[in-house]
Amino acid sequence: MSETFEYLLRLGDSALILGHRVSEWCGHGPYLEEDIALANTALDLIGQATLWLEYAAEVEGKGRSADDLAYLRDAHEYRNLLLVERPNGDFGQTIMRQFLFDAYMVPLLDRLSAHDDPRIAEIAAKTAKETAYHLERSLDLCVRLGDGTEQSHARMQAALDDLWPYTGEMFLGDAVDAAMGVDPSALREAWLATVRQLETAGTLALPDSEYAHKGGRSGQHSEHLGYVLAEMQWLQRSNPGAAW
Amino acid sequence: MYAQMVKSTGSSVKTREEMSPEEARFQARVDAGEKIEPKDWMPEGYRKNLIRQIGQHAHSEIVGQLPEGNWITRAPTLSRKAILLAKVQDEAGHGLYLYCAAETLGVTRDELFDALHEGRMKYSSIFNYPTLTWADIGAVGWLVDGAAIMNQVPLQRCSYGPYSRAMIRICKEESFHQRQGFDIMMKMASGTEAQRAMAQDALNRFWYPSLMMFGPSDANSVHSAQSMAWKIKMNSNDELRQKFVDLTVPQAEYLELTVPDENLSWNEEKGGYDFSEPDWDEFFEVLRGNGPCNKERLGARVKAWEDGAWVREGLVANAQKKQRMAAE
Repeated sequence: MSETFEYLLRLGDSALILGHRVSEWCGHGPYLEEDIALANTALDLIGQATLWLEYAAEVEGKGRSADDLAYLRDAHEYRNLLLVERPNGDFGQTIMRQFLFDAYMVPLLDRLSAHDDPRIAEIAAKTAKETAYHLERSLDLCVRLGDGTEQSHARMQAALDDLWPYTGEMFLGDAVDAAMGVDPSALREAWLATVRQLETAGTLALPDSEYAHKGGRSGQHSEHLGYVLAEMQWLQRSNPGAAW
Repeated sequence: MYAQMVKSTGSSVKTREEMSPEEARFQARVDAGEKIEPKDWMPEGYRKNLIRQIGQHAHSEIVGQLPEGNWITRAPTLSRKAILLAKVQDEAGHGLYLYCAAETLGVTRDELFDALHEGRMKYSSIFNYPTLTWADIGAVGWLVDGAAIMNQVPLQRCSYGPYSRAMIRICKEESFHQRQGFDIMMKMASGTEAQRAMAQDALNRFWYPSLMMFGPSDANSVHSAQSMAWKIKMNSNDELRQKFVDLTVPQAEYLELTVPDENLSWNEEKGGYDFSEPDWDEFFEVLRGNGPCNKERLGARVKAWEDGAWVREGLVANAQKKQRMAAE
């Protein structure tokens, strides 16, 4: 029971924090079509977070709502991957972060679509469709910018180098994963096959480092998350109990 | 949302006798309610006025993302956050749609962007006002989108086909946004004391700027006559403003909020409200670039454009490489 709650928080929190980050781009994208695509992605992710957190609240059974979980938990109670709380940086950082996450979520959601818990399977099947679209877009942009101008290539390589140490965490299994019957390390091969397209089509070099920052899924975050939550939760915190 | 204060370049309305045969044929088509399409002959003034009007309308959608985007990361619930994101996404879509309509008149989107970034083209003055509380997001939906709809619904019948069709699509979404804005106001107005105060404060700050969205009074709107003869403007500024006030005051009453106008009263004889004019000096200052957020708004758009240059260049370079490879 509590493992299910933990696991759902991980899924919901990663979607929520990444959705929040992407939403910071609203009105500031490099061109109009990208403004639309970024808002669209953020919207999908917030919707996914809502589905996971609603179910998490139900599983917990303490009368909390998805909004309570999103707005009234502190950073140490958040279970998102460190990757998704990385700052937006330039557009290259943002789209590379999106790609590395999407490439992981596609095989994970595929696995979860066949989960024994029918509710998890149902949410995974729904979100898998959106995520497939996200991956198509983020891969395409990373490849095109990787093999674009000298400058766009350099920026995409820098983004990949910076974010690489935050990808290892995605494949570290623990007791919660085991209890849920999901082995994240088994997803690495599928992920790597997708990511290798950056090398071939995108002319980028995958970093030669195994070092992985970790801690997000157990509530040990980077310094960035506190600021995200301060901004996101402020209105709820300053008006306790108000309806919006 | 929409652009206002479109300075037309044409002179005063020509009489039939002054018109060339082409102009007379064109005017007859407009008078008969026919739609003018991109490949049809049109007077140069008509083309220029439309480029300006549609272009400024498009710019308003784009700049209009900023005051609302300001609250996306602070929206108070997951569903409010999603609704606001969807709305801002719609606005970017409206912008895209309108730039396409403008391009049918022989101008490029990049030319229009340059004109915006260099301050040669305007966007709606309303977006130079700040969004200071969450209630402002409600007020913007209710009042600003409300005023926009008032202006855009008649434009669905405007003489230029691509613009008229854009308006038909855009109005559907705008009406939806307006209801969502009013819904936020209802929640705030019936909420805690602090929320009610926020709602009243938002109405106080957005009332007059919303009235200004219809442009200066008819007496000072020198080029309206030509635009109306060409049916690219369907009603006078004062007509639309009156209609907006008549529709909005009962909504404020329903919310039990006070419209910040001591002179507001029902005039039985004209069947509408009497109300105070907005401060037109303030309006012209805002148009001149001296509103509370002019610098930030335009600065943010210019920064987004400049920061994004490497992305656009990278994508173009990649497309060219692929083209070369396909040709070999």
